[in-house]
Amino acid sequence: MKFGVVVFPGSNCDRDVAYVTADILGQPTRLVWHQETEITDLDVIVIPGGFSYGDYLRCGAIAQFSPIMKAVKEHATKGKFVLGICNGFQVLTEVGLLDGALIRNRDLHFICDRVFLRVENSQLTWTNNYQEKSVITLPIAHGEGRYFADADTLKSLEDHGQILFRYCNFKGEITEESNPNGSLKNIAGITNKKGNVLGMMPHPERASDDVLGASDGLKLFQGLLKGTIAV
Amino acid sequence: MSQQTYKAQVYVTLRPSVLDPAGTAVASGLQQLGYTGVEDVRIGKYIQLTLTTDSEEKAREQVHQMCDQLLANPVIEDYSFDLEQLATIVGG
Repeated sequence: MKFGVVVFPGSNCDRDVAYVTADILGQPTRLVWHQETEITDLDVIVIPGGFSYGDYLRCGAIAQFSPIMKAVKEHATKGKFVLGICNGFQVLTEVGLLDGALIRNRDLHFICDRVFLRVENSQLTWTNNYQEKSVITLPIAHGEGRYFADADTLKSLEDHGQILFRYCNFKGEITEESNPNGSLKNIAGITNKKGNVLGMMPHPERASDDVLGASDGLKLFQGLLKGTIAV
Repeated sequence: MSQQTYKAQVYVTLRPSVLDPAGTAVASGLQQLGYTGVEDVRIGKYIQLTLTTDSEEKAREQVHQMCDQLLANPVIEDYSFDLEQLATIVGG
């Protein structure tokens, strides 16, 4: 399975992702500069975290018009995998591949922490290595990670099993106290309707190597290796 | 054809249904200063740009498009703008 990691001016988690896919998983991986337009050789395209274009205007707002994004949209339309992590999630909502938007954290702080997440749907390729409703720990680091969508969109996400991860406490309970940023419905990660596009604020690539003391994120990448297409 | 230069002043605000934590923090700051009459504060963005087109109508249309495409995110934000004519350039 061939991975591509998009590099925008300001991306800073690109190499972390490539380290996981190339060095830990042993899969062919290439960094894709944002001005490239040809990615038909890739099976999975990852939009990593960072501060694309300095996050001026809104996080991810300017990145949506980079030449690569047209190819990413086509890639998604074909049912191939697209993963957006943190700023990548913001870019995917700006570009319309995912519903909703990410706005300033409820308490206005930049949060750098480890949080508990509940795996809400393990039927998809992304999560088929996790037990349904299992509680995992992943790092977060963001200032604008509060998920927002209107009531109809939230209901639709719920009805179609598109909410993949929710912030929870160590027992797996979805509580207000365990919601770090004020995301509606404690949402930490969602997919599109088809399930092949995933956006998440937590960083699975920062928890994929035992050396770092946490490896709950690795299963997400390993899940991809089993999957051919999500639909 | 004559070309006109316009100054557009664009105001982007969070939609009323979206919680504005920065506005809430500023409101409580103002209240602590003694402005107890302050009931609500919303913080938005102000974007100033100049553009040259051959009519005010076109300028208006273009600024609308810029707002819809990039300057505002309709999922969370509303926008409005003022347009002011700066100069007329007469040319071939």
